[in-house]
Amino acid sequence: MKTLIKNGKVIDTESCSIREADILVEEARIASIRKNIKEEGCEVFDAKGLIVCPGFIDLHVHLREPGFEAQETIETGTKAALKGGFTTVVCMPNTNPPVDNEGIVSLIKLRAEKDGYVEVLPTACITKGRLGEELAEISKLVAAGACAISDDGSTVMNSLVMRRALEYIKMFNIPLIDHCEDHHLSDSGLVNEGYCSTSLGLKGIPSASEEIIVLRDILLCEYVNSRVHIAHVSTKGSVSLIREAKKRGVRVTAETAPHYFSLTDKSLVGYDTNFKVNPPLRSSEDMIAIQEGLRDGTLDAIATDHAPHTSDDKDKEFQDAPFGMIGLETSFAVGITELYRKDVLSLPELVQKYTVGPACVLGLDKGILKEGHEANITIVDTEKSFMVREDFFAGKSRNSPYLGRTLQGTVEAVFVNGNLRYNKGSFRK
Amino acid sequence: MHKWNRKHLLSIEELSREEILTVLQTAESFKDISLRPIKKSPVLRGKTIVLLFYEPSTRTSNSFSLAAKRLSADVVNISVNASSVQKGESLIDTAKNIEALKIHTIIIRHSRAGAPMILARHIDASVINAGDGYHEHPTQALLDMFTIKQRKGFFEGLKVTIVGDILHSRVARSNIWGLSKLGAEVTVCGPPTMIPVDIEAMGAKVSYNLKEAVADADVVNLLRVQFERESGVLFPSVREYAAMFSMDDEMEKYLKEDALIMHPGPINRGVEISSRMADGKRSVILEQVTNGLAVRMAVLYLISGEKEKTRKSSL
Repeated sequence: MKTLIKNGKVIDTESCSIREADILVEEARIASIRKNIKEEGCEVFDAKGLIVCPGFIDLHVHLREPGFEAQETIETGTKAALKGGFTTVVCMPNTNPPVDNEGIVSLIKLRAEKDGYVEVLPTACITKGRLGEELAEISKLVAAGACAISDDGSTVMNSLVMRRALEYIKMFNIPLIDHCEDHHLSDSGLVNEGYCSTSLGLKGIPSASEEIIVLRDILLCEYVNSRVHIAHVSTKGSVSLIREAKKRGVRVTAETAPHYFSLTDKSLVGYDTNFKVNPPLRSSEDMIAIQEGLRDGTLDAIATDHAPHTSDDKDKEFQDAPFGMIGLETSFAVGITELYRKDVLSLPELVQKYTVGPACVLGLDKGILKEGHEANITIVDTEKSFMVREDFFAGKSRNSPYLGRTLQGTVEAVFVNGNLRYNKGSFRK
Repeated sequence: MHKWNRKHLLSIEELSREEILTVLQTAESFKDISLRPIKKSPVLRGKTIVLLFYEPSTRTSNSFSLAAKRLSADVVNISVNASSVQKGESLIDTAKNIEALKIHTIIIRHSRAGAPMILARHIDASVINAGDGYHEHPTQALLDMFTIKQRKGFFEGLKVTIVGDILHSRVARSNIWGLSKLGAEVTVCGPPTMIPVDIEAMGAKVSYNLKEAVADADVVNLLRVQFERESGVLFPSVREYAAMFSMDDEMEKYLKEDALIMHPGPINRGVEISSRMADGKRSVILEQVTNGLAVRMAVLYLISGEKEKTRKSSL
C-alpha cells in the first residue's frame, strides 16, 4: 500500500528547516520526499495548510501498568499519546511491581504490541525495588528490551550506588534517566519553597533539593566518564549547572516538561491539586530560565512526565493528594502556545525538542523524516485554537493543569509505521 | 457601617481593610451581650451551625460554640480523628453528608492547609475557617486586632512584633495580613530556622534578636512553641530556645511601658513566656479570650447574611 501526503510543509529536523514537499509512504517506510510526487496508485492525505513532522517521541510517561490500572493502562496511555502526536513513548518503571526484572519488561512489551496505539519503550529500574540500594540486573533488563534505566520518582540517594550505576551502564548503549531530588532536603515538601509556600502555608521544596543532585550526578558522570540524562528539569540553577557541564564536555542530556515552561507556583492559589506535581511548579524566574535553556540547547527535549491520577485520588486536601499531572494530549499545543507563538523557539526548533532531541538522548536513529526511515509522521495545524475540556482527553485521567484554558496548535493526523492511526479525532489501532 | 457580602470566611488575605473594620465594629456591639445578665440574642434563631474539627482544640471550638449559642443558633459538634478519616471517608464526602442535614454554616478546623477552600468549592453552606494547617486562623487574627483596637485605639504606624515559630504558625500569617492592611508595622522574630522564606513579601520585617525586636514594639504577640514539631532540627533544645526567645522577667526592661503582651494560647509557662509576664500588667491574654467570643459572634452574624436582611427590612 502506498500513501501520499501532499501539499504540506515538512519539517526537516536535521537541518532545522521547513520546506514544501510531498511524502510518499510505502509499507512502513518513507519512500520519497520531494515536490510534486505523482498520485497514481496512492491513497492521498491532503496536508494543505498543515505542518508535517516526524512522529513525536516522549521520553517520560507513566503508563501505570502493571499495578495502577485505574489511573491509566498501556492501551489508554498510548491512545492519549497518539492524540498528542506521539508515535513513541518511554514509560517509567515505578509500576507495581516495579520494572526491576526481565519479566515485567517483557510484559510491558507484550501488552504494548497487543493493546498499544504507539510504540512503547520501557525503562527499567536502576536498583532492585527502586530502593536505591542494590543494582538491578541491568544486562538482563537491557536484553529484554529496556531502553534506559531510571528509579524515577526516587533519587538514588547513596552516591556510591549512583557511581556504580553510572559506571555499569558504560557496557550498554543506554542512558540513565535521573530523577534529581535530595529527599532529605525535600522532607515531604509539597510545593516550591518561596513566597507561595509561605503564604499558602504549604511545606516547601527548595530549588536546591533538585540542584544538589543534578550537580552530584554531573560530577559523578564526569568522574567515571559515563552519560546521564537529567529528567524534568525545573529550576534556573539546574539549567546553568547542565549548561556549564555541557560546555566542558560532560555527556549530560536533559529534558523539561511543558508545565515548567508555561506555569509557575502562582497557579497554586486556590489549592487546586491538578497543579500539584513533583518537581513542583517554580517561580517565574525559573520558568524563564527553562525557556532560555530550551532556546540555547541546554535542554535537549520536551517530555511530558504524563502522570495520570483518578479524580478520587486528586479530590483531596492538597497535602494528601498525589503528585502528578497528565500531559500527553496537550504537550505540543502548550509548546506552540508558549514557545513558538511567543518567539522563544522557531517551529523547526520546537519540533526538534519533540523528535530528534529525545531520539539523541536514547541514541536512536529516529525523529527524522527521510527516505528509508520509519514512516512515523505527525501532522499538525499550528493556527487552530481549542479550549481544553474534560472530553478532550483520550486517556483515563483528567488531572490536567490546562483545563479551561485555550491553547493553540492541534494534532490533525498521525501515521504510525505507515498506517494512519489518528485522523481528526478518530482512532485506529 | 460598611457592607459585608461574603458567604465564607476563609482567610484574612482575601479581606479588604474595610471588611476587617466591619468585623471589628460589629464585634464591639456584640461585646455588650456577654456583659448582660441574660447573655443571649435571637439573631441566629433557627440556624444550625456545625463545628467540624479535624484537630484537637478546646479554646477555639468552645469559643465558637458559645458564640453561636449566645446568638440562639443550634450547634452540633463533630470532632473527627484525622487518622480515621484517612482510612475512609474523604473530607468532601463528610462535608456533603453534613450538608445533607440542612445546616447553614460549617466551622472547620483542619490540619491540612487549604481544606476550608476545598470545602467551600464543594458545598452550598457557609464555611468559616477555624484554622487550616500552617495557612491561616482568621478569627484568631480578628480577635487579636480587636483586642489591640480596644487597648490602643489605632493601627496606623503601630509596631507589632510576633515571636516564635513563624514557619508553622497560621496565627502569624493571619495577623501579618490583617495588621498590614490596617497600617500597622509587623516584625516577626525567631530563630532563622523558624522564619519562612520570602515572609517579607507578605509585609513583615524579620529579626533574629528578641531585644531589638521588642524594644520599640507597642504589641508583642508570643506564639506557642510546638515541642512536638521537629525539635532537634528547627532548634537544638527547648532550653536554648527559651534562653534566646523567651519573654522572661529579664526581657521586661527592654519593653515599652505601655506595650501589650499577647498570646494565642495555650501558653507554655517558662518557655516562650514567664509567669510574671503572662500574668503581669501588660498582659492582655485573658482579654483576648473574652474578645474572641465577641469577634466570633460578629463573624457568625455577618456570615449568616442576617445583617443585610435587617438593613433591607428597616428601609
